Amino acid sequence: MRVTLKLYASLSDFLPDEAKRTNEWPMDVPEGTTVGDMIARHQLPARLVHLVLVNGHFIPPVSRDARALVDNDVLAIWPPVAGG
Amino acid sequence: MAWTRKILRVNLTDRTCKSEPLNMQWAQDYLGQRGLATKYLVSEIDPKVDPLSPDNKIIWATGPLTGTMASTGGRYSVVTKGPLTGAIACSNSGGYFGAELKFAGWDMVIIEGRASSPVYLSIENDKVEIRDASHLWGKTVWETEEAIKAAHQDPQVRVSCIGRTGEAGVLYAAIVNDLHRAAGRSGVGAVAGSKNLKALVVRGTLGVGNLANPKEFMKVTYEKKKILKENAVTGQGLPTYGTQVLMNVINEIGAMPTRNHKDVQFEGARKISAEAMHEPRESDGKAQLVNNQGCFGCTIACGRISKIDQTHYTVVNSPKYWGASGGLEYEAAWSLGCANGVDDIEALQYANMLCNEDGFDPISFGATIGAVMELYEMGVLTKEEIGIEAPFGSARALTFLAEQTARGEGFGKIVGLGSKRLCEKYGHPELSMSVKGQEFPAYDARGVQGMGLTYATSNRGACHLRSYTISSEVLGIPVKTDPLTTEGKPALVKAFQDATAVVDSSGLCVFTTFAWALSDIQPQLQAACEGDWSMEKLDLMGERIWNMERQFNNAAGFTRKDDDLPPRLKNEAAKAGPAKGLVSGIDKMIPEYYELRGWDTEGRPTAETVARLGL
Repeated sequence: MRVTLKLYASLSDFLPDEAKRTNEWPMDVPEGTTVGDMIARHQLPARLVHLVLVNGHFIPPVSRDARALVDNDVLAIWPPVAGG
Repeated sequence: MAWTRKILRVNLTDRTCKSEPLNMQWAQDYLGQRGLATKYLVSEIDPKVDPLSPDNKIIWATGPLTGTMASTGGRYSVVTKGPLTGAIACSNSGGYFGAELKFAGWDMVIIEGRASSPVYLSIENDKVEIRDASHLWGKTVWETEEAIKAAHQDPQVRVSCIGRTGEAGVLYAAIVNDLHRAAGRSGVGAVAGSKNLKALVVRGTLGVGNLANPKEFMKVTYEKKKILKENAVTGQGLPTYGTQVLMNVINEIGAMPTRNHKDVQFEGARKISAEAMHEPRESDGKAQLVNNQGCFGCTIACGRISKIDQTHYTVVNSPKYWGASGGLEYEAAWSLGCANGVDDIEALQYANMLCNEDGFDPISFGATIGAVMELYEMGVLTKEEIGIEAPFGSARALTFLAEQTARGEGFGKIVGLGSKRLCEKYGHPELSMSVKGQEFPAYDARGVQGMGLTYATSNRGACHLRSYTISSEVLGIPVKTDPLTTEGKPALVKAFQDATAVVDSSGLCVFTTFAWALSDIQPQLQAACEGDWSMEKLDLMGERIWNMERQFNNAAGFTRKDDDLPPRLKNEAAKAGPAKGLVSGIDKMIPEYYELRGWDTEGRPTAETVARLGL
């Protein structure tokens, strides 16, 4: 299935060059891939994985391993950030 | 020092300046800055006064921690009755001016009356003079600061002044210090302009002292700075990416007000985000962002310093804009960009520089342009009337109207009225995205329900900084709540409002609260200020300040019906994103909020509440 991984702020460093100007990294993943699988597969440091959204909805840390992605899902991740 | 215990009272009509002792009982009850200056204001003016009349007063106020070694201790506020709203106005600024005012030995400066000709106030410790400013009238903020520093032969004087918009009465004119830090909202600059007051110029050499417990203060401020440094948000996120990092976050959750709130996601958000500011431009290979910058005493340093693309159409023939300058911050990038559908980041930086150069609020200006563009697309406004074709997405219309507003020319005079009056003038008051006449900032009330209540009940009109529930609803600080539900939001908003009122009265920056709780600020106040500064006292004080502001607004004529959102947010559901199908639940939240506040059904503090708070 096809999903899009979006990485922002300092997590942009984990994107391939061709994705750095959009922060969007479309990819094919096996059925049943979870949010936790994606974080592990791309070796995203735990201290930088703070705000995790699937299609804009917040996924709390306790749910990441259980939340399976489906086709066309967008997984977006930020390190700890704030503004105002 | 904590309090200097001195107030400077200046009557511009009589051209008198006198020193008064600070009312220390009031200082114990209202702390400083926002709380204490508001106490003075509401005690001295008629709530129904015309904000632009000589009978209104305007106060520059520091907090007890302003000028101290507490992190972010450089804040000051400008308090007055605001011309944009007719409500209490309190605009907060950083930079270096506030600390300098404290170094000169003053807790606050109260300005009364109206000068018969343009003046500025020169303060050099105890030496205070009202000086002629005829030669400065008509100059921009940047020209004014340069001219004053040259005239005083002192590059270290600090200047807090208005630009041409403040002189012209633009209803969202700001007061700017240090070139690009601003008491930006609610039109405080227009009040200064109405008094023929161009600037406050301060040089203070008295330093700091007078702390209640200096050793304890040094110890506790050091400990609290460590918390800011070690926190991932205040230690890394904000200094590296600034507030602009929110652009993609808010867009992703579907709470990005776009094209005058017609949409909740902006397809061009990535192009005007923090990430875009960091990457090399195709034109010159340089990133727009040059570096970050901190205000006085700040160990966070979230400020953005940028350089515009010199080949951009806005500045290709204007080298004066080529240097490093403030921006873009998130709110300005949103209002100048998303609110109008403009995704040209260089055009946004240019418009932002004009806001700094001539002192006007980019939030209210940008949001007003959003209304102009909607009226243009509806055929209500024409190219002939505006002076340019102005569909959503037109960077040229945005920058043209920014220039016109800065200069007070053409249609810029109408834009300077703000969206409420502009939309009323053209027969569509419902298209003003505002509360109490002040335009919304950068969060859609359908996608973040708590912010709808924040806007509706903010005492200075729509504002995010009165209770920044984004911290909880989006960022999970201190705990994550669901942005799409109204449940629990009245209590959340009240808690944020009361705590923020204390922070705004202390001399510290509200951004510390991404890492600090009020219980981290309490021991700093206790060490600096004489008396008891328990958490219980601070909690009650925050509530007291909020209710004092509310009472002023009620007396000024505001009622239950003014605690409301525009019909678009209540009737037109979000079209996309997590909030798709949702409208704001403001009508459900207001009664519970009033009850929690101890107000009657019309939004008036009950006698019991007034007595409990000692008002």
